[in-house]
Amino acid sequence: MSNAPIQIEGISKRYKIGQHERYLALRDLLTQTLSAPLRLFRNGSGNSQQPTADHFWAVKDVGFDVQQGEIVGLIGRNGAGKTTLLKILARITKPTSGRAWVRGRVGSLLEVGVGFHTELTGRENVYFYGSILGMQKREIEQKFDEIVEFAGVAKFIDTPLKHYSTGMQTRLAFAVAAHLEPEILLVDEVLAVGDLAFQKKCLGRMEEVSKCGRTIVLVSHQMNQIRRLCNRVVWLDNGQVRKMGPTAEVASAYETALLSREDGGQRPADGPKVKARFLRWEIAEPRNGNPHVLKSVGPVKVKFTVEVNEPLRMLHNGIGIYNAENQLLWGTATNIASLEPGVFEFVYDLAVLPLKPGPYRWRVSLYDEHRQVDVWNCCPDMLIDTEHHGHPYDGWAGLLNVPNQFAIYDEAGSRQEVRAVRGALWE
Amino acid sequence: MSTLVEPIGQGEHREWEIAAPRGWFSLNLREIWESSELLYFFVWRDLKVRYKQTAIGVAWVVLQPLLAMTIFTLFFGRLAKMPSEGLPYPVFYYTALLPWMYFAAALANATNTVVEHQRVITKVYFPRMILPFSAVLSGLVDFAIGFILLTGMMLYYHLVPTLAALLIPVFLLLAVATALALGLWLSALNAIYRDVRYVIPFLVQFWLFASPVAYPSTLVPAKWRWLYGLNPMAGVIEGFRWALTGHGQAPGALVLVSAGTVLLLLVGGVVYFQRMEGTIADMV
Repeated sequence: MSNAPIQIEGISKRYKIGQHERYLALRDLLTQTLSAPLRLFRNGSGNSQQPTADHFWAVKDVGFDVQQGEIVGLIGRNGAGKTTLLKILARITKPTSGRAWVRGRVGSLLEVGVGFHTELTGRENVYFYGSILGMQKREIEQKFDEIVEFAGVAKFIDTPLKHYSTGMQTRLAFAVAAHLEPEILLVDEVLAVGDLAFQKKCLGRMEEVSKCGRTIVLVSHQMNQIRRLCNRVVWLDNGQVRKMGPTAEVASAYETALLSREDGGQRPADGPKVKARFLRWEIAEPRNGNPHVLKSVGPVKVKFTVEVNEPLRMLHNGIGIYNAENQLLWGTATNIASLEPGVFEFVYDLAVLPLKPGPYRWRVSLYDEHRQVDVWNCCPDMLIDTEHHGHPYDGWAGLLNVPNQFAIYDEAGSRQEVRAVRGALWE
Repeated sequence: MSTLVEPIGQGEHREWEIAAPRGWFSLNLREIWESSELLYFFVWRDLKVRYKQTAIGVAWVVLQPLLAMTIFTLFFGRLAKMPSEGLPYPVFYYTALLPWMYFAAALANATNTVVEHQRVITKVYFPRMILPFSAVLSGLVDFAIGFILLTGMMLYYHLVPTLAALLIPVFLLLAVATALALGLWLSALNAIYRDVRYVIPFLVQFWLFASPVAYPSTLVPAKWRWLYGLNPMAGVIEGFRWALTGHGQAPGALVLVSAGTVLLLLVGGVVYFQRMEGTIADMV
């Protein structure tokens, strides 16, 4: 048996359909009791396994382990079962079947500021919130000053919370949560709150925490956050594990699936007639089923369709490619003497485009006589769906995807026969 | 800024097994015991919020039983000439109203507590049983304030408590246990059947007249009086009145029956609440 901090074996959770009206009225009870007198004593979730039409599986047969010090990301569409799984691990709700073991002190952050009361002062709320997150009173007392400083609300700590701005409330709540020191931390999307600077502070704090050997399970829709923090990703789809593995691989596969649902590349007709504009873009070569998915590291031919409505005399065309974090990875520009009205294809022939799998965005622009005519953040994104040749952990893989070989030679230049496997540190 | 993160391995290591609810009963007493600090915080927060929100705060705690006492004294005492075991009407009624009002408020608070804390319940795990516990305990502060008033009243009427007064904590405990027992049942039920809370005012009203608040239990024929103990509040109120003033006779059999009833209700309540605990987060 493994000793992983989190061990999940075939966990399933079934809900009744229409859970918004979960509670009943007493009169329903009366009628039900008449038909089945022992219902009152039966557990609501029930142990009966027979499938019924008015039930659905929020989580179905999910199983994986999380090792000590690992940060595992849970990704998936809304309603894929991420939060339900987290709630099961946090013991907020019980599974319908299956088992899991959680070893160590658990802190769950499913929502920041749970139990905050606006009538109470900042200080009082820190104590209550800390306590409900699982901190001892002594622990809160010790960390109190640090928490207040982290939140930056020292001046208002004895003011009722109702006089705080939303941002201040969030910061205070997060400061408490950030000082929770469990061995296992379950986090649901909470980093989406607060201003950017504060978010960065929190991310830093989480990295620091995981370096101390703590285990984190993180639900997030923000893929760059997932990429930055996680060692491994579990992709849930309709309550089931669709794919799990190294972050780069699973995250890209997920994004590919997300974006492949949006079709076209046609730019919607908009506004009054302009001098010139981009209409659409596509990968001209190599071609495969989808003109916006690239399955090779090069050579690549990218085609942008331009509609010119008035003669252009001092044309300038810029192009750049951006990654999901909006970093410019490569760009160039061309000056074109003149172009008469008509529809043209601007074709860029690239010898290589060695980018990591994932979504990228072309950004193209047109200038005439130093004036901007059109700028287009090309839609849809370009998805790179190639084999990943980099390090399995995002933090070490870098931005590029360089196909490569490895070998060892001795001084005489003869190749050594060694068995070598790519990957993370020996386990 | 110090961002020292302590190394892991502090505190005892624990392991939770998560599985579908099974078996009839599995109460983790140790866990509840370990959450006593959280229980304290729930009570503390409840009190702070309550006294901050009401305009007249603590005054209201004193006024409520006083006004009720005045009305009971006027109508049941002066007009209906209810027997009062030789006690001045104000004392006779106040000694009954004090535990009664504690009970009524604790019961209502406990019933609502799970629904009231639904946001917390759906986002954080803690032994849910803390909620009805804290609802029942926070009412004791009101009780204590009312009790101070009672001692003043007894001084005024030159009533000297007998040795039996030492038993007051026992009767108080019985009142807490009664409120908790019902609170466990009703808070879980209220989470599932939202109209339970509308039943509470009626329940409390009927119960008031079924308890010896407005009248002494001696009105019940002696032969059946022990049966009257099936209403635990009868034991509490009779016992409280007797222990404090020494008037009337020790309600022995009555209290024993009450204690037995409460014990049964309490065990049932704990079992039922515990059974529902795993699904409460899905219901609220």
